[in-house]
This record gives sequence, C-alpha cells and structure tokens, in this order.
Amino acid sequence: MILAIASGKGGTGKTTLAVNLALLLAETMPVAFLDCDVEEPNAHLFLKPTIETCEQVALPEPIVDKARCNGCGKCAEICAFNAILAFGDQVLTFPELCHGCGGCALLCPEEAITEEPRGIGVLETGWADRIRFIHGRVDIGMPLATPVVKAVRKRAKDTDGLVIVDAPPGTSCPVVASVKDSDYCLLVTEPTPFGLNDLELAVGMARELKVPFGVVINRAGLGDDKVADYCAREGIPILLEVPFDRRYAACYARGGQLVREFPKLQDGLRKLWLRIRMEVGGNGAGAACHQR
Amino acid sequence: MKIAITAQGSTLDAAMDPRFGRCEHFVIVDLETESYEAFPNEGVMASGGAGTQGAQFLANKDAAAVITGHVGPNAARSLQAAGINVYSMASGTVREALEAFKNGELPEVSGSTVRRHFGMGRK
Repeated sequence: MILAIASGKGGTGKTTLAVNLALLLAETMPVAFLDCDVEEPNAHLFLKPTIETCEQVALPEPIVDKARCNGCGKCAEICAFNAILAFGDQVLTFPELCHGCGGCALLCPEEAITEEPRGIGVLETGWADRIRFIHGRVDIGMPLATPVVKAVRKRAKDTDGLVIVDAPPGTSCPVVASVKDSDYCLLVTEPTPFGLNDLELAVGMARELKVPFGVVINRAGLGDDKVADYCAREGIPILLEVPFDRRYAACYARGGQLVREFPKLQDGLRKLWLRIRMEVGGNGAGAACHQR
Repeated sequence: MKIAITAQGSTLDAAMDPRFGRCEHFVIVDLETESYEAFPNEGVMASGGAGTQGAQFLANKDAAAVITGHVGPNAARSLQAAGINVYSMASGTVREALEAFKNGELPEVSGSTVRRHFGMGRK
C-alpha cells in the first residue's frame, strides 16, 4: 500500500506525521519511507538513517553539432519549454529550461542533435533501523525538481509492505508526481485561514488525481473551526486531530521523535492507521465516497 | 528596419510594458513605411522560458531592435545571439518610445537588467 502525505500549505506537519507514523508502524510491519521533498528533504533529520547507496539522477540534454545544423529551426518550434532557439545558423540551448523530452533530437532532419545525460540531483537509499529509507536531493540552483521526485517515487514499486511518501508542500508538479497513483493520501492542514485556503487547493488536486484522501488537522485548537466546517460540507473525513502543544514543537526542533517522547500520541496514530485501512480496504467503495 | 516595443495594448497609444518576456503585446513598427502590427505575447502564460520565447518570436519577425524596460538573463543572451539590439525605456506610450528612439534618446543596453523571473506575477 502506498500512503502519500501531502498538504497545500507548507509547515503543517507533513514530515512530522509521516516520520512518526513510519516509526510506529515499523514495529509491526515492513515500512519504506520515501522523502519526495527533494528541494528540501528533512525526514533524515528525524529518522537518522544510515545511507548505503547514492546515485545520480540525470536528464538528457540536447547537444547541437553545428557542422550538421542547417538552421531549419524545427527544434525551436517543437520545444514546449523554449529551451532551444534557432536564429539562422545559430542554435542556442538553455539546459536549465530543458525538461529532457528529446523532441528536438527526434525531429532534427539533419540528425545534428544528440543527447547527453546531465546530472540534476541524487537519490540515496539506506535503512533507519527497520525502515527502508529513500530520499532525493535536487542539485542547488537546479529548477527541475520533478524528475528527481519521480526517480524517488518509482522506488515504491520495489518495496513490500507499507510505503509512506512524504510529499513536498503545494500542489504543483513535484507534488502531483509524489501523490499520483497512491492508494491513499493524507492531507495535513492547520485550522487557520491559510491552512484552509491551501487545503482546498490540495483537495482539488487529490480529486483530479482520483486518489482517495482524508484530512489530518495539526495544531488543533490554535485557530478556528472553518477547516472542520469545510470538511463537513464536502464530506471529507477528518481522520486525526493533533492538539497544539509547544513541547511537540520543541521536540521537532531538536530532531526528536514524537512517538518516543510522547507515547500518548501513539494511540491517535494507531487509530489513524485503522481508519486509513478501512477507507482503502473494506468494501473499497468507502474510499471513493468523497471523490466527486 | 523593424523595431519592436513591449506594450500593454495593441496600438501606438498603448502604454509600454516594462517587462520583456511577460509583456502583454509586442508592437512591431516598420520604420520605413511607418506601419505597425501588434501581436499578443504568448509568453505571458508560459510556465518557463518566456524570455527565450519572446526573443525567438522577434527574430522570426525580423525585428532588428526592441525597446523595453527590463530584460532577464536568458532573454538578454537570446536577443544578443539573434542580433537584436535592446533599448531601454520603462514608461510612456509606444508612440513616445518610437519618437525617443528616432531622436537617439534611448540608451542601448547589453546584458540583463534584472534577475530571472523578474516579470512574473506583477502587472
């Protein structure tokens, strides 16, 4: 089972929830943890894995052979990202705009374009006690996070048992790549106007992806009831509420593990897991009921 | 010679658009015939590469120069490669920009004048 943990708003507690759920469930089942927030991965700060492998993630980049180019401009025409331009016999490439689709090389009638791999990030794997740990890290200054996310997310297939995917914040391409084809998605939010605004965006995304989902309200008691009202109106289940507690924040800031330091939180997480299993399994139809 | 002006509208009386890649329109004026054409800029909604797209567009239209406010690094490199000279003027109408250009009042700029993504999300 692939369980994605996402949120619209950043800083709602995705990683905290993902890490602590993984720690607790790994006591009784095989668990893999995929940190897909490749622009700022941080789950390793809490799980403290031993990294065993590190490999480069690369994208093909077009290289133009000026001797063969006849300046027809087909490459520039096809490029959806404006990453290759043709001015007469001059062809310019912009690697940081290139998404590596290969269209230019395919269409070049002179076969003047070849592709060479260009490193854009790394993928690391290891173990945090019994938890299989995989994360990606996009190179600094590199604007292309999604291919690195996809490389990490693909590892979900190689893993038995529960796969917990810690998604990046927001609702853009890297998040879609993380959540897509998951069995269930937890949307973590907080009871504030910002939390609600971004939750609505995340709900729209989950519905579009046809991934069943439920909501976790973190820092409950801090704001207002509008998130709960919204969920009731939309028929979205609220699976867990974690009360705001300054000690939890302090534990997080130290890189601590909440389920170890505050064992009373384990109960809520166990119930959360049962609810997820009911939503996903059971009669199967239950999970789809809050899909439109 | 054809010269392009980044504009917020499609006529000579439209206000200039200080952005290059994310401008609303390119108004392209033929200085010999005094005729002009306006093109909505498809780069406004591009997810990326608006500057390079704009440069390619102007090159395809045989523009020899452009009058605009701000040029990002990719646009500057593209315009330079295309041999399109860049003249700086941040406000006024398209007509005023043309007059200023004809009177030799506009400074020519080389290289970028702003960081990347400068023209995104602002009007």
